[in-house]
Amino acid sequence: MEIPYTYKPRPDTGLYNAKVGIWLFLASEIMLFGALFSSYILLRVTSPAGEWPMVEKAWPHGLLNIPIGTFNTAVLITSSVTVVLAWAALKMNQFGKFRIYMVITLLCAFGFLGIKSFEYNEKFTHYELRLKNGQVHTGHIEVNGKHAGFWDFGSIYNLERLGKEQVKEISFTADPAKPKPGEKHAEGASHEHKKMTVKVEEISKLDAFILRNHTFFAIYFVVTALHGLHVLGGALVLGYFAFPGAKFWKKNPEQFTNRIEVAGLFWHFVDLVWIFLFPVVYLL
Amino acid sequence: MSLKAFHVVFIAASVSLAAVMAAWALGNWRSGGSPADLAWGVGSSIAAVGLIAYGAVFIRKLRHISYL
Repeated sequence: MEIPYTYKPRPDTGLYNAKVGIWLFLASEIMLFGALFSSYILLRVTSPAGEWPMVEKAWPHGLLNIPIGTFNTAVLITSSVTVVLAWAALKMNQFGKFRIYMVITLLCAFGFLGIKSFEYNEKFTHYELRLKNGQVHTGHIEVNGKHAGFWDFGSIYNLERLGKEQVKEISFTADPAKPKPGEKHAEGASHEHKKMTVKVEEISKLDAFILRNHTFFAIYFVVTALHGLHVLGGALVLGYFAFPGAKFWKKNPEQFTNRIEVAGLFWHFVDLVWIFLFPVVYLL
Repeated sequence: MSLKAFHVVFIAASVSLAAVMAAWALGNWRSGGSPADLAWGVGSSIAAVGLIAYGAVFIRKLRHISYL
């Protein structure tokens, strides 16, 4: 017996089953991301006043790379345009165009993930250094002449690990002092990265820009990694429909077009999450 | 809501984001920012206008497809 309305719309609602299903799923996704957005806002508004890293628990500003984030936003907007064009091509019975648009969508999806991992790498190799004399720096470290890397998770250092490995001193390249948002660099202010050698016994805190370091990094990595997983999941589904799953087009073009619409709705949701995430995390 | 309708909502959100970015960058420039802030603001404004134009063309081209 055939299940009714698998691809023909119900006469009373005008919707086929899969469209109802994806909207119910997206409703649950809104609750998931809504809870994380609320957490971000609550953590931020309850953080102590002051400038991080001078005030240890204050909310950091200007740590994320806005040009890269903007480029990634443009990549996702482009992918939404191409996925809807792929669906429209199927509606007009143009399978060749459908595949071209899907390939562009996939390139955008994996491009986004590649750029995001570059951003993650930048954070995982960036350090906060606090000295016992009250000095605070951010920058990059070298231990035994080696830079800490992202893909080798064991190479993220903290004070405990330096102690275990009996490291006596580290080389630290400090970032230049940053002006506050909207302020110019002071006349004569140095833009140079200052290199220094620091004795381990003088350090009170050393940690990379990772989840355990600060509430900001914890919520930033959770939200963006969850979003990244959604991008990856969506890209796998779109990739399946573009290549191995595309033979269904010959069997039942109407149902295949509906599948692309449902996948496109999910893709738009994922991109819409980023449209809200980007200004909140990068700009404000 | 069809993909067509959701796409219109998405483009509207993207236009809002571009407008917010333009306001943010031009605000930075007015309060003593660099020429890069001005370029950023102008670029975002152009992006907002471009997205509005794209949205209008999209709605016109796909007028035969339902919003449901």
